[in-house]
Amino acid sequence: MQPIVEFQNICKEYPGVVANNNVSFEITRQSIHAILGENGAGKSTLVKILYGHVKPDKGQIIINSDLATINSPTTAQSLGINMVFQHFSLFESLTVAENLILGMSEKISLSKLKSKSESICNKYGFNLNLNSPISALSVGQRQSVEIVRSLLNNPEILIMDEPTSVLTPEEIKKLFKIIKKLVADGLTVIFISHKLDEIINLSDHVTIMRNGKVVSNLTTKNEDPESLGYKMLGYKVSKTKQINNINYSEDVLSLNNLSSYSQDPFTTNLNKINFKLKKGQIFGIAGVAGNGQKELMEILLNENDYEFNGNIIFKNININKLSTFQRKSLSISYVTEQRLGHSAVPEMSLSENILLSMNHKAEFKRGDFINFDRINSYANDVIKNFNVDTPSFNVKAGKLSGGNLQKFIIGREIMSNPELLILSQPTWGIDAGSEAFIKKSLIELSQKGVSIIIISHDLDELLEVCHNISVLYEGSLSKSLNVENIDITKLGKYMGGLFD
Amino acid sequence: MVYLISIKLRDDYSNFIFYLSPLVAVVLTLFFGSFIFLILDLSPIESFKIFFISPISNSYGISELFVKATPLAIIALGLSYCFKNNIYNIGAEGQLTMGAIFGGGIGLLFNDSTSIFLLPLMILFGAIGGAFWASIPALLKTKFNTNEILTSLMLTYVALFILDYFVVGPWKDPAGYGLPKSMPFPDAGRLPVLFDGLRIHIGVFFAIIICFITHIVYNKTLFGFKLRVSGLSSKASQYAGFKYKNLIFYTFIISGACAGLAGLFEVSGPIGLLYRDISPNYGFTAIIVAFLGRLNPIGIILSSLLIALTYLGAEDAQLFLKIPSAVGFVFQGLVLFFLLGTDFLNKYKVSIS
Repeated sequence: MQPIVEFQNICKEYPGVVANNNVSFEITRQSIHAILGENGAGKSTLVKILYGHVKPDKGQIIINSDLATINSPTTAQSLGINMVFQHFSLFESLTVAENLILGMSEKISLSKLKSKSESICNKYGFNLNLNSPISALSVGQRQSVEIVRSLLNNPEILIMDEPTSVLTPEEIKKLFKIIKKLVADGLTVIFISHKLDEIINLSDHVTIMRNGKVVSNLTTKNEDPESLGYKMLGYKVSKTKQINNINYSEDVLSLNNLSSYSQDPFTTNLNKINFKLKKGQIFGIAGVAGNGQKELMEILLNENDYEFNGNIIFKNININKLSTFQRKSLSISYVTEQRLGHSAVPEMSLSENILLSMNHKAEFKRGDFINFDRINSYANDVIKNFNVDTPSFNVKAGKLSGGNLQKFIIGREIMSNPELLILSQPTWGIDAGSEAFIKKSLIELSQKGVSIIIISHDLDELLEVCHNISVLYEGSLSKSLNVENIDITKLGKYMGGLFD
Repeated sequence: MVYLISIKLRDDYSNFIFYLSPLVAVVLTLFFGSFIFLILDLSPIESFKIFFISPISNSYGISELFVKATPLAIIALGLSYCFKNNIYNIGAEGQLTMGAIFGGGIGLLFNDSTSIFLLPLMILFGAIGGAFWASIPALLKTKFNTNEILTSLMLTYVALFILDYFVVGPWKDPAGYGLPKSMPFPDAGRLPVLFDGLRIHIGVFFAIIICFITHIVYNKTLFGFKLRVSGLSSKASQYAGFKYKNLIFYTFIISGACAGLAGLFEVSGPIGLLYRDISPNYGFTAIIVAFLGRLNPIGIILSSLLIALTYLGAEDAQLFLKIPSAVGFVFQGLVLFFLLGTDFLNKYKVSIS
C-alpha cells in the first residue's frame, strides 16, 4: 500500500539551531503514527511544516503519491490535513456551534452545521452541548470542540500535538477510544508525545527524533516503554563522566511533601515533592517542559504568592512564608529561565542590573541612596571574572548576546557568595563557549561548598554537571538517580512518566 | 489583492528620538494648527503671533505664564512617580480639589488669624488632603485589584461635588450676596507674591524644589530605582524582591500630595478664596505635561511652560481673534496626539504588504 505521507530530506534551520536535519520517513495510511523525542528534537517543527505553518529550507513532502506544496494551513486543509494544537484557539464567550462555524472554510448554515456536528458527536462519542458557551466547558470538552472542528473539514490526516498534556486520565482513555475509532473509519493520525506508555498503548508506528534527526523508525508492537526510553536517550551513556565527590554531609535544603493546587488548566500542580540537598551537591531536575518546572521555580523563588502545602526547610529554617527579599537575604540566589525582563532588565545598564538582584545587601546602599561606586566595581569584577564581552558596565543589558548576558547574570549571583544557587535552564539558547564556561563555573562553585539546583530540559547538561538527577513528570518528582554509573533505561522510563 | 498592515516591535528603538519626539510633536501641532486657522479664515502667522508670542511680550504676561505653569509642573512632577511605576492616576484634578478643600478649610477655620504659621499649616493640609484622596484608589487597587484609572477618575467628580457642597452650604460667605463662594482667606493665609502688582507667587519655588528632589530620587535613590524597575518589568521587580503593593501606595500618595499642594496654591495664591471653578482642568492637563516632558523632571518644567502658554494663548485668541478659548484644548489635544504617534512609530515599525 502507498504511504499517505512521505517526508523527503526535510531541512529547517533557525538562527543557531538546526530544527530538522534531512528528515525522511513515511506514514502508513489509516494508522496512528507517533513522533517521540525530547524538547527541541524537532517534532513540532516537522508537523508545522506538514501543516503549512513553517516553510522548510529544503526537502519535499509527498501526499498520496503527489508532490505537495503546502504554503499555508489553508492549502494543508484542502489537501485533507488538519491539526489540533496544544493550546486551543476558541472564543470563550461564543457557543460551541458558533466556534465550529468559524472554523469552516465552506459556506454552511448554522442548522446544517449543527446536524452535521451532532452526527459526528454521536458517532464517535463526543459529549458536547452545541449551545453551551465555551467558557462553561472543561478543558477536555474544549479539546473535543477542537477535534470536532477539524473533523468537520473531512480530513484524511489529523495531527495532534501533545493532546493528552491537559487531560485527566479518564479523559485520556476516552480520547484514545475516539482516536482508534476514527482510524478504523479511515483517518490517519499523527500523534506527538513524550509519554512512553501512551505511545505503546496507542500507536502503530513510532518515529524517534533527536537533535532534528530521525534516529529510528519502529513498529510499536515490537517495543516496550524501556526500549523506547533507551532509544530516546541511549546515546547519552557515553557522555557521562566522572563526577567529583561531595565533600560535605550536612543538609542545606529539604522539600517536604510540596504540593500546589492551582485551578488554572495551563499550570501543572506539584504533587508531594520531596528531596534533600547536601552542602556542595549539584542536584538536577530533568523532565520535559510543562511538567511543573515553572511552578516549582515560582514556589522556590516565592513569586506571585503561589499557594502550596508542605514545607521548604533551608538550614533548619522554615522559609515557606519568607518573601523573595528575605530568602535572598538568607543567601539563596536565583537565576530564572527568562533572562530579559526577569533576571535582568534589558533597558537598564549592567551595573543597574547588579543592583536589581543585590538590593538586599547593605554594601550597595548608603541609607536610601545607591552606592554607585560599589555597584560599578562589582559589575566590573563580574565582567572580568566571567569573561563577559562588553565595553563597559554602562552598556544596556539588552545589548548583550544571550551567552554574555547569562555569564553576567550567573557571575553576579556566584560572586555574592550564595549558600544555595537555584538555576532554571542555565545554558538554554546560548553559544557553546559560554555554555562550557558556565558549566565549569558551576562545578567549581559546588566544590567550594555551595549547593546548586539546576532545573533543565537539557539532559546532556544535567548529566555533565550534576551529582544526582530526578525527573519531574506531571508535577511528581521521581527518585533521584546517581549520575555516576547512571542507569539510562531507568532514566528513560522516568522521563516518560514510568516511576518505580 | 489583499493589503495587510503589519506592526512590528523595533529591536533597537532610539533613545535620541525618544527625547526628540516632543519637539517633533510640537512642530506637527503648529503645522496642523495653521490649517485650523486657515479654515477659520485667519492668517496663520498673525494668529500664531497672537497665540504664542503676544501673551508673553510683557512682564505681566510672563508672570501669568508662571502662574499657570506652576500648578501644571507640580502636579505633573507628582504624576511622573505614578507613571514611571506604570500606575495610571488620572484623578489629579480630584486630588487638587481635595487639597484646596483641606488647606482652604484651615484658612477659613482660622479666619481671623494673623499667625505666620497659618500658611504653612494650610500648605501641609493641602498636601494631606490630596494624599488622602489619592490613597483611596491605591487602597482599592492593592486590596481588591480594581482598575486605578477608573477609580481615580470617578473620585475626581466626587471631590468636585464635595467642594460644591461646601461653597453653597456651610462655607458660603454670608456677605457674598448668595454667590457660591467662601469668604476670602485672611492675609496670613495668602501665598506671598514675588513682585508687587504681578500674580507670580512663591509656588514657583516649590515647583523648582520638587523638580530638584524628584531628579535626585529618580537618579540616586533605591526608591527611584524600584520605580523604574517596576515600570519596565513587573517580573524583574518580583525577582528583585520589591513589594509592588507598597510602591503603588507610595506613588499614589506622592502624586496626590503634589496635586493637593497645587490646589492649595491656586486657592491661597491667585484666587484667595474657595469657589466652584478653582482649576481650569490643571489636573487633567498635567497628564499631557508629564508625558510631553518624558517623565523627566526637567522636561516636565519645560513642557509645563509650553502648555501654560496654550492657556494664555487661548485667552488672547478669544479676545483678539474672536475664536473660542477651547482652541487651547485643541492644541493640547494635538500635542498629545502627535506625541503618542511619534512614540508609537519610534517603538514599532509599520509596513504594508
